[in-house]
Amino acid sequence: MTKKQKKMLWRILAATALLILLSLLPIKGPLRFVLFLIPYLVIGYDILIKAGRGILNRQIFDENFLMAIATVGAMIIGAVHSGDYVEAIAVMLFYQVGELFQSYAVGKSRKSISALMDIRPDYANIEKEGALIRLPPDEVEIGTVITVQPGEKIPLDGIVVEGTSSLNTSALTGESLPRDVGMGDEVHSGCINISGVLKLRSTKEFGESTASKILDLVENASSRKSETEAFITRFAKIYTPAVCISALALALLPPLVSLFFLETSARWSIWLYRALTFLVASCPCALVISIPLTFFAGIGGASKEGILVKGSNFLEALSQTDCVVMDKTGTLTQGSFEVTKIHCESLSEEALLELAALAEIASSHPIAQSLQRAYGAPLDRNRVSRVEEIGGGGVLATVDAGRVAVGNEKLMIQIGVPCSTCQQTGTVIHIAVENEYAGYILISDELKPTSFKAISELKKAGVKQTVMLTGDTKAVAEQVADTLGIATVYSELLPQDKVDRVEALLSKKPTKAKLAFVGDGINDAPVLSRADIGIAMGAMGSDAAIEAADVVLMDDDPLKISKAIKIARKCLWIVHQNIVFAISVKILSLVLVAFGAAGMWLAIFADVGVMILAVLNAIRALFVKKL
Amino acid sequence: MKKTYKIEVDCANCALKMEDAAKKTDGVTDAAINFMTQKMVVEFEDGTDVDAVMKTVLKSCKRVESDCEIYF
Repeated sequence: MTKKQKKMLWRILAATALLILLSLLPIKGPLRFVLFLIPYLVIGYDILIKAGRGILNRQIFDENFLMAIATVGAMIIGAVHSGDYVEAIAVMLFYQVGELFQSYAVGKSRKSISALMDIRPDYANIEKEGALIRLPPDEVEIGTVITVQPGEKIPLDGIVVEGTSSLNTSALTGESLPRDVGMGDEVHSGCINISGVLKLRSTKEFGESTASKILDLVENASSRKSETEAFITRFAKIYTPAVCISALALALLPPLVSLFFLETSARWSIWLYRALTFLVASCPCALVISIPLTFFAGIGGASKEGILVKGSNFLEALSQTDCVVMDKTGTLTQGSFEVTKIHCESLSEEALLELAALAEIASSHPIAQSLQRAYGAPLDRNRVSRVEEIGGGGVLATVDAGRVAVGNEKLMIQIGVPCSTCQQTGTVIHIAVENEYAGYILISDELKPTSFKAISELKKAGVKQTVMLTGDTKAVAEQVADTLGIATVYSELLPQDKVDRVEALLSKKPTKAKLAFVGDGINDAPVLSRADIGIAMGAMGSDAAIEAADVVLMDDDPLKISKAIKIARKCLWIVHQNIVFAISVKILSLVLVAFGAAGMWLAIFADVGVMILAVLNAIRALFVKKL
Repeated sequence: MKKTYKIEVDCANCALKMEDAAKKTDGVTDAAINFMTQKMVVEFEDGTDVDAVMKTVLKSCKRVESDCEIYF
């Protein structure tokens, strides 16, 4: 509890004790009034002051003003007629208990959500003259060597210079398997060092490091308001004047009607009291508080699973996702190409692979890299000369005085070498030496182990359409789509074509449904920003991807796509529950008050009760582990 | 220019009122309050004296919610 809340608690206890004591004493007349004034002021002085200030600032009809009018009115009625002051004090007491509970509950849930997301490192250990000293991470300069002991958070992004250990990255990725690191490995701040002592050289300042970036993103996420939140704001704008006018009507119309038409007594005081109660009961707080709190909890819960949602609006859009468009390479497949078959005409398998790897030695293309990886042994650059890249075809190079052509079928046709065809799907690299066909190497991209499950989970989550886009050949694309159960495939696309495809899909879908695009975030930036929701995966440590996407999956597990959608659906479901619940209880209590069936106590009780239930319900959005 | 300030406000409805008041202040193009993180993001018009504007923002916020605080 904060200081303010503690003080309020004491005031509530003191006023309650006084109230009980005084109602037992048989005192009558003015002295009774003066004595009861004490607990009234103890519990309500701040409300009276605020109400006075509100009037000076022309802020009539805020809660304080209403409470002040209502209770002062009741005190006066007590003094003049009944001698009953308990109601005025009790109403004030109830109101304050409600306020206290509200601020406590909200503060508590705010803190527990924030604590969940707490990946902010507190200090960095720097070795100075043989001793370790603790510095605040934002004072550490780039290039400083930091020591991280077991159990500590890695304070800054850096490269390991000494030691090996395993890291718990779950705070960043939601992945519970520890990651092993050793010399030369890049590590991200916010991970927890589990086993060994690590020394690392920092590569980023604190403000630029992963932990700060993520925190920044998540904390600012709820500033981007969703349509539902905008609706609540609009609702409050209409609601408040509507309630005020209704209260005025309630105070004036029934007495006037009974005075002039029914010719009975006006009973002004009863209707005035009801009008005041009506106003007291009207506070839309449960509604106003529970919606952002739910989004906040949903975003917090998602980030715990390694899913960063950049705003409530994106969480809302995610829940309406109807069509998921996925890039193939790097999203559904590993993105690292493996040599899966070598077919030789003349040379040995190893010699063929060596030739191909040598010819492609200057290229940084993933295929070239996978050839080099498959060959394994170091390559001698001096054996290669006159390298010539044929765009969209392959490479020509002189290796050991022989002219070698490495590339696709187009290249072979171009140089006039007949080549054999391969029945298996994948990328086929043909090799010809001195214009004579030598064989081919088949390279294919492996599916991620969870891809199949990811697609079926998406369908289970209610996504109607799954689409795969790829720059790869038709045969490869269709095989992958068949294996995974994806209905629509567009293959052989250039990056620009992907944007066109997504635009075509966007124009076809109904306006309410949203389209999500999932990519690796590096080559897909234009498509990511064009889709309703851009989801980048495997983004840990890649600022560009975090920048471009609306939803960021920290690791590269495609299962997280359906998880993100499920989290969003749950969150929005809770939001709608709260809206319906809060509005209907509010309307019910307003009606009851208007007909005199509920007094001020009950009105306040209903308000606080709805608020607490709504807040508790909102917190449910935080629990997403089992989704 | 955008700046973020730490604020203190107890109820969500009051935060909405503060946001409204801040938006109406001269020199402010937009304002958003994040009740959950108790932060206020204010976007200023170009070439305004930020401190002076923030003083008015605080004043108009205090007018709608006397209990609030903005730290700048």
